[in-house]
Amino acid sequence: MIRTMMRPGGGVSLRRRLVWQFILLSAVLVAGLAFTVGWVADRASRASQDAVLGAAVTAVADGIRSVDDGLELELPYGTFSMLGAMGEERIFYAVRVDGDPATGYDDLPMPPMPPEGLVPVFWSTDFRDARLRLASVSRSLLIEDRARQVVVTLGQTRHGQAAIARDTARSAAWAAAAFMALALPVALLAAGAVLGPIRRLAQVVAARGPRDLRPVRHQTPRELQPLLRSINGLIARLRAALEMTETFIFEAAHRIRTPLSLVRTEAELALSETDDPATAARLRRIVRAVGESSRSANQILDHAMVLYRSDQFAAGPLDIAAIVQEVVRATAPIAEMREIEVTTEGLALPVQMHGDARMFEIALRNLMDNALKYTPSEGHVHVAIRPSRTELRIEVLDDGRGIEGDPAALVARFRRGGNVGDTGGSGLGLTIVSEVAAAHGGRLIVAPRETGGTCAALSFPWA
Amino acid sequence: MRRIIISLGLTAWLSANPAHAFEIEAEQDFGLPPAAPIEVLSNADIEAMAAVLTDFAARHPTRRVHYVQASSAEIQRAIRDEGARFDLVISSAMDLQMKLANDGFAASVELDVPGLPDWARWRDQLWGMALEPVVTLASRRGFGDLPLPRSRRELIATLRENPDRFAGRIASYDPEVSGVGYFLVSQDDQGSDGFWRLAEVMGRLDARLFCCSGDMIEELRAGRVALAYNVVASYAARFRPDDPDLVQLELDDYVLAILRSAFVPVAAPDPEGGELLLAHLLSPWSQGIIADSAGVALIPGTGPAPGPSLRPIRLDAGLLVYDDRLRRASLLSEWRAALIQDMPAGETPTTPEAP
Amino acid sequence: MRFLLVEDSRELADAVASRLAMEGHAVDHAATLGDAREFLDSAPYDLILLDISLPDGDGRDFLARERSARRDTAVIMMTASASVGDRVLTLDQGADDYITKPFDFAELQARCRAVLRRRDGAADSRRHFAGFTFDALAASITIGPETRELRARELRLLEILLSRPGQAFSKSHLIDRLFSFDEEVSDNAIEVYVGRLRRKLEGSGARLETLRGVGYRLFPE
Repeated sequence: MIRTMMRPGGGVSLRRRLVWQFILLSAVLVAGLAFTVGWVADRASRASQDAVLGAAVTAVADGIRSVDDGLELELPYGTFSMLGAMGEERIFYAVRVDGDPATGYDDLPMPPMPPEGLVPVFWSTDFRDARLRLASVSRSLLIEDRARQVVVTLGQTRHGQAAIARDTARSAAWAAAAFMALALPVALLAAGAVLGPIRRLAQVVAARGPRDLRPVRHQTPRELQPLLRSINGLIARLRAALEMTETFIFEAAHRIRTPLSLVRTEAELALSETDDPATAARLRRIVRAVGESSRSANQILDHAMVLYRSDQFAAGPLDIAAIVQEVVRATAPIAEMREIEVTTEGLALPVQMHGDARMFEIALRNLMDNALKYTPSEGHVHVAIRPSRTELRIEVLDDGRGIEGDPAALVARFRRGGNVGDTGGSGLGLTIVSEVAAAHGGRLIVAPRETGGTCAALSFPWA
Repeated sequence: MRRIIISLGLTAWLSANPAHAFEIEAEQDFGLPPAAPIEVLSNADIEAMAAVLTDFAARHPTRRVHYVQASSAEIQRAIRDEGARFDLVISSAMDLQMKLANDGFAASVELDVPGLPDWARWRDQLWGMALEPVVTLASRRGFGDLPLPRSRRELIATLRENPDRFAGRIASYDPEVSGVGYFLVSQDDQGSDGFWRLAEVMGRLDARLFCCSGDMIEELRAGRVALAYNVVASYAARFRPDDPDLVQLELDDYVLAILRSAFVPVAAPDPEGGELLLAHLLSPWSQGIIADSAGVALIPGTGPAPGPSLRPIRLDAGLLVYDDRLRRASLLSEWRAALIQDMPAGETPTTPEAP
Repeated sequence: MRFLLVEDSRELADAVASRLAMEGHAVDHAATLGDAREFLDSAPYDLILLDISLPDGDGRDFLARERSARRDTAVIMMTASASVGDRVLTLDQGADDYITKPFDFAELQARCRAVLRRRDGAADSRRHFAGFTFDALAASITIGPETRELRARELRLLEILLSRPGQAFSKSHLIDRLFSFDEEVSDNAIEVYVGRLRRKLEGSGARLETLRGVGYRLFPE
């Protein structure tokens, strides 16, 4: 089998592209995640800080009492301490009565909207080089018999909160970076997993023989089904084309053979009617040529059949003895006609093998044809099946003129022995036999017999 | 070393900050003139700081320290209102220091001080550099055969039971003059319910009020007072060893410890110098000297461990509440009501000044 | 023997019929499967020579129907494709043998004989001639009580000579019919077989005469 190796060509690497896309997508996701986490953390910590600030400003407001000579303020130490605890914030506060500063930082800005009821108002502003988050709450107090509006404003920097948000975002970024670091092998893995089926499909297709035209039956993911369908479509078209070619060959053979038959028959009739030796000789040559072309056609067809079946190797259990017997039977009339005695050996009992019965039949027929053709009248052909411990041998021994030259070269296609003279034959016979043997893991051995004649043996090692 | 110190007095007046509007108590140079001066404004007595500053000058020949001593209130005024330019500001008035830092006068300093407790610093701006226990000193002669009180309750009882002996012979900070004094009153106010009874007793006994620990100790040693309440221990430590008459009362209900802190102002002309000096003050060697004089170590391992009743005041935003106008006014009015019972509230009491 | 030749090419059919007549066989020609059925219904045949592709159907289907109708006249398929598939299918469907076009008539004759022998005889394969009985299927002649076996070429030679008794057959004619055209045969080879057949016929009333320069003939004495 010819294995086509997949070579990295100059094209775009799908795997690299997949990996990059995966990484890019992860990077975007990761960046988005880190940003979102940071934002959410910022919001959450801001909200919780606001709640603390709101509670603090309410506590301060609750500490304001109206006394005889004005206002008494009990600034709660604990509240301030707590406000400053997270990130050691700077704290600013102001108490205004009817808009006039009473205590604290007189220049601390007033809230953009006056607080109402008991609900603190939150806002942010810059004050003394710092970004402040402020809360204001308003109280009505009776001071010196007059209802006064007391507004308490409490502000804090948000270094701690910012630091927490920053830390959270940084943690998220680190986690994201770690994820990214993990993403590369994962991306490689994923790309491998995605491309695996394609690679396997390619292997399956590449592993096929050059003339294997069965549809590819391979489990592929749904996404690869169109590709598989295309491949199978292509194979089907190719097969159809080849089948058409084969049909054409067989059809052509058929078409040619009928007129050839006519030529031969008419020539024979003419031969029987002529008394002129020259004409008779011509007619004989015609008959002989027709015979040769017929034989060649047979062998070409046989050869095509063997090649076809080698690829579509439809092996099964078979009884080689029965096949040999059948071939011997089918060729018996020819042997009898030529007064050649055919003896057999080892055919009485079934001999089980694994292989393609029709290929064996073709091979054995060719061997028999050869043997009968090269054996003179009243000669002897011996067909034997000889199983040994290591191999199974099917031998066809003849009384023919033997072979000259290299037996191995005989097997080569269209080469005929050096001494076949005018015996018809295309020379394909032994090639066909050899190919059948090879398809079954065996070989053809052609050797001269010591007693004269040829031994052609098919040898199959026991699997 | 000795030569350096002697030379200090000569240069002191020459290198003063231009046009001081705030009141300077003393000033001194450590190191010689060609060296670039590091301007320090502090409420710690020069004597208390001399050792570490001399050491600094010796270690850094290209530097000298120009040390200006002022009261904590004056420091507040100088920095906040007058924009005085100093490279390091040291004060034991924690609330004022805290307020200055909170209001943005302190610069951030990158400093790694191993062992410095978290509560002894605020952000990277305000650095605690000495723990100063605040103690009550008594004169043995003044107490006569009375047993020395071991708690504020016993102290109150002793004072009540012996009005003749203690009338006019009790000394304490004047919170209206001294920032530290006010701060200690507010801490006592917060720390103990019994404080106001003590204040009342002291008022009834015509306690004399002073600006500074040093003055109180002077009066005590001179025999003019028998008891000095709330004296910074480091001052006492400087006098007590050679005066067997001075006794530090072991009041075991609590002993306040204020944190003397330092910061480099944002407006410092030579912030590197300020940082350099600050780092020196926080170095284990300097801390050892400071802990020796204070009697307790700020950084564990540099001196005596704090006793069980010692209550250090933390540097945190809570300190801001003590400087509140309304709060201050109400606290002082309460103080006056307790101390000066025969005076109408709101009238400024006459403060007996140290001679 | 009586043959039914089912072949759509009229020219080939005529030639084959003439050639088979030379062998002494009676041949009816059917150009279609329909004709073939009519011939089969009207007369018994020893052997059907059946082409595969015919204008009105596939010879194999015809064969299958014949076999299922239990008509078991011997059939030799004439295949033009020679593919193993065709051959095997042919045999599976009940053909007795097959022969690939263009065929060697000697081989056809041999196959016919083999088929009929295997099926145990045609209607009557025996011929009586000048004091002996010739059984082509058994490859024997019987003279009185004595039966003599004939070898293949002796049988074939006798068949040829008996196809036209009394007529002389030239050496080359006999060689052409006795041997395959691809066999290398010398002119003398025929003399060997004539000699053998002559000995086998001794004691019968037939005489195998050598006409010098002309050939051989068989005639009753």
